[in-house]
Amino acid sequence: MTAPVKPAKAKPVASDRARAETRLGQKLVAPAIVLMLLVTAFPMLRALYLSTFDYALTAPDDRSFVGLSNYLTALTDPLFWQTTGVTVLYMVVTVAVELVIGFIFAMVMHRVIFARGVIRTSILIPYGIITVVSGFAWQFAFSFQNGFVNGWLPFVGDDFNWFGQTGSAVVAIMVSEIWKTTPFMSLLLLAGLAQVSEDMIEAAKVDGATWTQRLTKVILPNMRAAIMVAVLFRALDAYRIFDNIFVMTAGAVKTESISFLTYRQTIEQFQLGMGSALSVLLFLSVLVVAFAIVKLFRVDLAQARQES
Amino acid sequence: MRSTNGLWGRRSRRRRRAALAAVAALAAGSLTACGGSGKPVLNWYVNPDGVDTFQKYAKSCSTDQYELSVQLLPNGATDQRTQLARRLAAEDSSTDLMNLDPVFVAEFANAGWLQQVEGDLADSITASVQGDGDYLKGAAETVTWDDKVYAIPLWANTQVLWYRKSLAQAAGLDMSQPVTWDQVIQAAADNGGTVGVQANKYEAYVVWINALVQGAGGDIVSDTEAGRDAKVDIDSDAGRKAAEIIKELADSKAAQPDLTVSNEGTSLGQMFPKDGAGEFMVNWTFVYKNYEGLVGDSLTDQQFADLGWARYPQTVAGEASKPPVGGIDIGVGAYSKHPDFAMEAARCITSEQAQVDLALDNGLMPSTNAAYDKVSASGDYPADLIELFRTSVDEGGPRPKSAFYAMISGAIQAKWHSPTSVSPGSTPKDSATYLKDVLEGKSLL
Repeated sequence: MTAPVKPAKAKPVASDRARAETRLGQKLVAPAIVLMLLVTAFPMLRALYLSTFDYALTAPDDRSFVGLSNYLTALTDPLFWQTTGVTVLYMVVTVAVELVIGFIFAMVMHRVIFARGVIRTSILIPYGIITVVSGFAWQFAFSFQNGFVNGWLPFVGDDFNWFGQTGSAVVAIMVSEIWKTTPFMSLLLLAGLAQVSEDMIEAAKVDGATWTQRLTKVILPNMRAAIMVAVLFRALDAYRIFDNIFVMTAGAVKTESISFLTYRQTIEQFQLGMGSALSVLLFLSVLVVAFAIVKLFRVDLAQARQES
Repeated sequence: MRSTNGLWGRRSRRRRRAALAAVAALAAGSLTACGGSGKPVLNWYVNPDGVDTFQKYAKSCSTDQYELSVQLLPNGATDQRTQLARRLAAEDSSTDLMNLDPVFVAEFANAGWLQQVEGDLADSITASVQGDGDYLKGAAETVTWDDKVYAIPLWANTQVLWYRKSLAQAAGLDMSQPVTWDQVIQAAADNGGTVGVQANKYEAYVVWINALVQGAGGDIVSDTEAGRDAKVDIDSDAGRKAAEIIKELADSKAAQPDLTVSNEGTSLGQMFPKDGAGEFMVNWTFVYKNYEGLVGDSLTDQQFADLGWARYPQTVAGEASKPPVGGIDIGVGAYSKHPDFAMEAARCITSEQAQVDLALDNGLMPSTNAAYDKVSASGDYPADLIELFRTSVDEGGPRPKSAFYAMISGAIQAKWHSPTSVSPGSTPKDSATYLKDVLEGKSLL
């Protein structure tokens, strides 16, 4: 087994010229690497450093070192957990709905025979609209004064204020988020669909598999990687939800996400220490979400392998 | 090959020409920015009220040595504060002059972002705080921090009680005498009227709460120069009295349907509704010109004549009310490259004539007695209204001056909103505990 690998490994017995070229290459990319480290690592280290201070921008003289106290305050504060809860709710619901609708759209884009370009483009239009703009559009749509949503929904009164209480405001924000980013999901799923071999589907058809069987036994298992990527990207994106909330409720009636809380601490309250601690926590929670999704799909992958 | 080369040649020539044009445009732009003749250009960041007058004064206050250029800030006070703070925190040398909402002055001064005002002008402002100078006391108080002066009052805003004379008459209220919140709410409820306030979850709600608390002789916080160690006073009889009034209105028939999201604009339409007796409304000075402008359009002369005004209602009967003080102060950026020019320009912009022009052209009331006299003499406003504005600013109550004002305001909003949930027994106490925790960094906001 290892025999064919060895020659491949032994292959780069480099000549002097090749080694010199490698060295030159390293020297050439070194500035880019240093720059990248500066750009990415510096802000992160700076945030870590700042998070250990009680520091308000408007009171520079009162700055004091507090160690991990900001983290402790944040993690023991009900407001932090309430915003985290709402953020997870936004993420789970929007990603789940988008996965279903996005898959349907992907199927349509994949199978469409006539007017392919027009249909694909029109499905993708919402994604091309700036989030703030779509936030405003949906805010107007849900407004009880000049919006159309109340008129269209038979079970809602004409003067129902969507942004007056948490439940309905969260729904409105989710609708705007789903409308905006479903095309992105469907685009990623379309790429996955395109990878599923037509031969396999044909073979399943010949074997007498029904449409549902072909979908669940052939198409979906073969799209696992694409689905994982789509879910991962969207989940991380949804976890950082900010613009829609900013425009539609400005965080009122407990619709605030964890990004919004961080923004308010840092930009509105000028609390650089607490704001930095929150952004570090946000960064860590994004890592946890990413890890959980990768882990989750790996389990599925292993199960699928056992089944097949 | 040749044709390709030719194509590339043409393209690159076209590109080069475009690049040259861009460079020329940039050069022209930067030349204009320098005033063309090498004169320094001072940037004056203004809020979007009275911009035409600001433009006029930017021109007339420019001299042979420098030029003033007006830059527009966003609409909302929070956005204005954020934009200015971001520039100043980055030590932006192009922020020379700025229009500041009074509540930002303490924050900005404490952060070291404002030039101190010195000399005779500072003396006059300091004397006015004691009640001796030309500036109205309420306006002068907004620009002092740590016993020093950090900005110059430009225009001073205040709230009065606007009402329908017919409604007050029906209720048998003698409006020539001070009225209390209790009387106003009862009068409106018993006579089919309403009471208009600002109770959305935003700064103006704090303005209302602050006026109620001060009107009962209390404070939200005191000893604010101690920063995070300021004394939190809202859990007091005054705080409870304020909560009682808010609860009384929220539970009353006089509450407007959109009470919990009401703002300066929402109750304007309730003064002269199609049906109903109208309202009592606490609101800023712009209200008079607003309704005057509607006469002949959606308002008859008779209706306009029914509009009355009185001093801000008392929280406690017999104790003078503390009308809210707002307005705009002019500050000079600490990192300005031309601090002397900027200070000179700030004096010119806040001159008596400029204040008179702002009042007559834009309805923005002056901050000095001398300017008030001129506005009063112009006959543009009823004399008693002008006098009411002046005494309201003079005897008004500013919001807490603190480097942590944003936190104080946010913490109050968090616990006092919505007005329907306010309870005299628990709200002042809860908000005091929370405010203390927030100031000490023990609680998130």
